[in-house]
Amino acid sequence: MYPDNFRYTKEHEWVMVDGDTGTIGITDHAQSELGDIVYIDMPKAGTIVEKGKTLGSVESVKAVSDVYAPVSGEVIEVNQKLAGGPELLNQDPHGAAWLVKIRLSTPDEVGQLLTAGEYQEYLGAQD
Amino acid sequence: MIRKTRPHITQNEPLLFEISSPGKKGYQLPELDVPAVNASDALGAANVRDGIEGFPEVSEVEAIRHFTRLSTWNYAIDLGLYPLGSCTMKYNPRVNELVARLDGLAWAHPYQPEELSQGAMEIMARLESALEEITGMDAVTLQPAAGAHGELTGILLIRAALEAGGNPRKKILVPDSAHGTNPATVTMAGYVVENIQSNDRGMVDLETLERVVDADVAALMLTNPNTLGVFEAHIVEAADILHAKGALLYMDGANMNALMGIARPGDFGVDVMHLNLHKTFSTPHGGGGPGAGPVAVKKHLEPFLPTPRLKRAANRWAFDYDRPRSLGRVRAFHGNFGVLVRALAYILACGGEGLKAVTMDAVLNATYLRKLLEPYFDLPKSAPSMHEVVFGDDRQAKLGARNVDIAKRLIDYGFHPYTVSFPMIVHGAMMIEPTETESKRELDLFADAMISIAREIETDPKQVASAPHLTRTSRVDEVTAARKPVVRWRPGATPAD
Repeated sequence: MYPDNFRYTKEHEWVMVDGDTGTIGITDHAQSELGDIVYIDMPKAGTIVEKGKTLGSVESVKAVSDVYAPVSGEVIEVNQKLAGGPELLNQDPHGAAWLVKIRLSTPDEVGQLLTAGEYQEYLGAQD
Repeated sequence: MIRKTRPHITQNEPLLFEISSPGKKGYQLPELDVPAVNASDALGAANVRDGIEGFPEVSEVEAIRHFTRLSTWNYAIDLGLYPLGSCTMKYNPRVNELVARLDGLAWAHPYQPEELSQGAMEIMARLESALEEITGMDAVTLQPAAGAHGELTGILLIRAALEAGGNPRKKILVPDSAHGTNPATVTMAGYVVENIQSNDRGMVDLETLERVVDADVAALMLTNPNTLGVFEAHIVEAADILHAKGALLYMDGANMNALMGIARPGDFGVDVMHLNLHKTFSTPHGGGGPGAGPVAVKKHLEPFLPTPRLKRAANRWAFDYDRPRSLGRVRAFHGNFGVLVRALAYILACGGEGLKAVTMDAVLNATYLRKLLEPYFDLPKSAPSMHEVVFGDDRQAKLGARNVDIAKRLIDYGFHPYTVSFPMIVHGAMMIEPTETESKRELDLFADAMISIAREIETDPKQVASAPHLTRTSRVDEVTAARKPVVRWRPGATPAD
């Protein structure tokens, strides 16, 4: 369910690092808690984001939720597929429905994030 | 055979566009008694048109019946309990309406000269002074049009005061239990939101606060009681922490129905706050207003209040525009004046003792429902409830019905639903605020409905998960409505089935 090559936050974001690029999304748990997603608001390419600060927001029928940047850096790409079909985020949160790609400014931050095992343990403790 | 075109309680109602018939009209103008003017000559041909394409044409009786029939579809506080948490849907006493409809008030014009507006100005002055007494604050502006506007005005006052001191600062702290409008207000006022987490009792944690308040923090925006219906017991200490570092305390007064006549924000360190007259002071709301969101401040913020200010001179009221440090206007004229009249009528009809009784009964009613429902629903936060109580749906969700399903099923039982999935710090939140105006009988009926639904979920969760069953339309497709909204009628469009 939760890929081993991702790192996770307690706010239910994931990041997959490839070289100096981090692909960011929200977890399956997050999409399931939010319910049917109707709108996604992400920053434009070129925006500088800081770990732990608001990256954008995801709106479901129930609520609008902030998405926090799991790592710092510059947004280099925004997933255009989500604009026309926010439901993709409900269907494939760990795959096709990634949110943004970031060029990492502080790669060391990745080590502070949860592993798949730690994240699942955290989810278990929440119930 | 009787051919009935429409049952007494109508099930379907076409749009006015759909019953439009060319040439029908619902007005009759008197004969022109001045020389006719050619509109094209006077305004220029480009600015003149003969008709509006697609504009519905119906007779007066058709328009009246259309809207009257629609009005019978409403659920209203005049029909029963309206337990929408955080909204304080209390009964609106008829005396408020009587007073607001007095000719001298209903027909007053804001451009009337001051000497002909003394009564209206006296009403504003008395309301300001009543609100100062209730909140324990030093000065009040009545201009803001509703709660969120009051918040924005309040935060702009904080910005103005800090700017006057040389540094507006950057951040405003907002607890996760705050009203959803608070972060939006902060952003609109040019500040950055910093969220702070509540502790397990549902309150702001003083150690966390101590750690995060620094020279960049302009203020903390605190809702008290917060959206869990929990009183922030350490608000005095929180104010001290802020003040020691030059930051201010903003209180969202949306939940004043739990404090009025008992505790005064001015006494626990609040620098600026707003009130929702349409909640606490019984003026009609829901359906988009009008509301009123007066802002109350301590003395040090008074010079920045919006203009004009009321001024008493030579035994009469006047408007004072000469306030060099003021924010300026935040709204045209003098706020939603009709709402202000209703609020003052309510305050005077209740009197001090009456307002105190309102608060006691509001807390009593919420606590009573909490006790009745506690055996059937999870109560994630243990601190005592004030004017509202927040349950979680975990127990029911495991059986196959969520908070939203229980809310829809409540409609079948004849009640307006509670607030669903807010605050977000409670999983599957069901936020119930009965207000003081409900009798024990009405509260018992509501509790019976909730308990009956809890039992249905144990035996037949599908029945609840597919509710409502007894309404004109069954469950509407909220997802498609949000993803592909149809917000206007277009010529030739066929009504959805």
